[in-house]
Amino acid sequence: MIVAASKKPLRFGVVAGLGLTILFVSSLFVGVSDLPFRTAFSDPDALQLLLVSRLPRTLAAVLAGAGLAIAGLIMQTLARNRFVEPATAGTAQSAELGILAVTLLWPAATLAMKTLAASGAALLGTSIFFMTAHRLPPSQPFLVPLFGLVYGGVIGAGVTFIAWQADLLQYLAIWTNGDFSGVLRGRYELLWVGALMVALAWFVADRLTIMALGRDASIGLGLDYAGMMRIGLIIVSVIAALNVVVVGMIPFVGLVVPNIVSRIMGDNLRGTIKWVALSGAGLVLGCDIIGRLIRYPYEIPVGTVMGVVGGALFLWLLFRRPAHG
Amino acid sequence: MIRIENVSLSLQATPILHDISLTIPKGGVTALVGPNGAGKSSLLSLIARLQPLQTGAISIDGLPVDTTPNRTLAKIVAILRQDSVVASRLRVRELVSFGRFPHNRGRLTDTDRTIIEQSLKQFDLTDLAGRFIDTLSGGQRQRALVAMAFCQGTDYLLLDEPLNNLDMYYARDLMRSLRQVADGNGKTVVIVLHDINMAGAYADRIVAMKSGRVIADGAPAEMLTTPVLQDVFGFAMQVATINGKPIVLHHL
Repeated sequence: MIVAASKKPLRFGVVAGLGLTILFVSSLFVGVSDLPFRTAFSDPDALQLLLVSRLPRTLAAVLAGAGLAIAGLIMQTLARNRFVEPATAGTAQSAELGILAVTLLWPAATLAMKTLAASGAALLGTSIFFMTAHRLPPSQPFLVPLFGLVYGGVIGAGVTFIAWQADLLQYLAIWTNGDFSGVLRGRYELLWVGALMVALAWFVADRLTIMALGRDASIGLGLDYAGMMRIGLIIVSVIAALNVVVVGMIPFVGLVVPNIVSRIMGDNLRGTIKWVALSGAGLVLGCDIIGRLIRYPYEIPVGTVMGVVGGALFLWLLFRRPAHG
Repeated sequence: MIRIENVSLSLQATPILHDISLTIPKGGVTALVGPNGAGKSSLLSLIARLQPLQTGAISIDGLPVDTTPNRTLAKIVAILRQDSVVASRLRVRELVSFGRFPHNRGRLTDTDRTIIEQSLKQFDLTDLAGRFIDTLSGGQRQRALVAMAFCQGTDYLLLDEPLNNLDMYYARDLMRSLRQVADGNGKTVVIVLHDINMAGAYADRIVAMKSGRVIADGAPAEMLTTPVLQDVFGFAMQVATINGKPIVLHHL
């Protein structure tokens, strides 16, 4: 509600906003084909390259990053646990199961249909995760992420087995390892639905902050606890499914970004949720640019780069705990 | 008025409350006392609709708690649970502000701001308002939670052992604040207390529970007697009179 007058969030906001702008512009001019800045808008071929490939790719990275960071934030809020995210707690794996089932049973399905199936499966899988997670003793906070890892692992193993049996392992790699190199105009636009989900999360930010105070406090303050839980689950599932279907899952974004923002600015989501989205976008876009440059002119998928960068950030978060719990 | 009629509760086949009927009139401070496991917190949870009713009926100002919309009840009754844990990194002022949520659904008005500042001041939190909750001591955190419940501005305030973690200064301070809102603003306070002398000094009425039943109920002068207290707590304690008021020497 009230954001206390402190310079810290402002400074963070300036850095995050400026950083994302710089990354966005850089992303438009980094790639295999040469695109000189000066002729970008006068040369029709260059403009074509910009509009068909570079801009869609950049937008896809921004949308995917913002979405995944918000999905992680909501999952952590609903679970009241800082160490869960869609990529590790069964949401992404359930989405993969959904899209795999559609691919096998109804190969002619459109991308939108596949996304719908993946969202449905993700919703089911995530609901089962939460039903179980809420039964775990609150005195053992590390049981929730551990259970999530095992649960996600089991579903993931099932997915791999089915894909192997059906000779679809190459497809599976596309869904499980995020990669923006295939993004062109006309093939990423579904991700805008993720932006809608982010907007919805922003709209209910106060309610989410209250949800993080627990069930009793939520009911005491007149919140429809079960209804908010459903909205949260839908946001998480749709965002995860969109990412799996369109670009492939990117790990760690949902885990590290909300934690870093919380360390710096706290958990009053009305004030912080935009920075979570912005930082997630910047992190994914940055990692994609690194992936394009590191073995130029070849590319490393963003999922792989994020595995390294995100892992390092996560370790830093674990070892550099704040002064008071 | 809170009306409780024939309420029983069992959790996992263990009976917790047996056929409780109790009326708490509007206005004043009612203290719930009794040994551990007597069912005081369960009764409070049922009144505050945190626990679904199994049998019987509970109504607040004529509104049944099981069928009245949650949002309506949130403007009438506020509860502070005994085991409230705030895991979020919220500043004290932000946490207290959320007490106004039932009224403003997230958009603070000037009235809200005034009430928030008053609550902060009343619980001596003004200097701590910009601090994160997770940097506070247990007692300071408890005060912030009480301030949040106060801020909700409801006619009924249910507090489950709010004196936990509070030192003598703030425990007395909180009881005086409760007395003040009951007398000055006509609020109804129901408070679970373990300190029987606090109950004697500040409550208008003491309700004693044991093994899921209400076993005694009356004004402090009637309740703070050796036989009644022995019935409730299971041992004889001396009751002295200082300045005309009963003081229980329960620690001797």
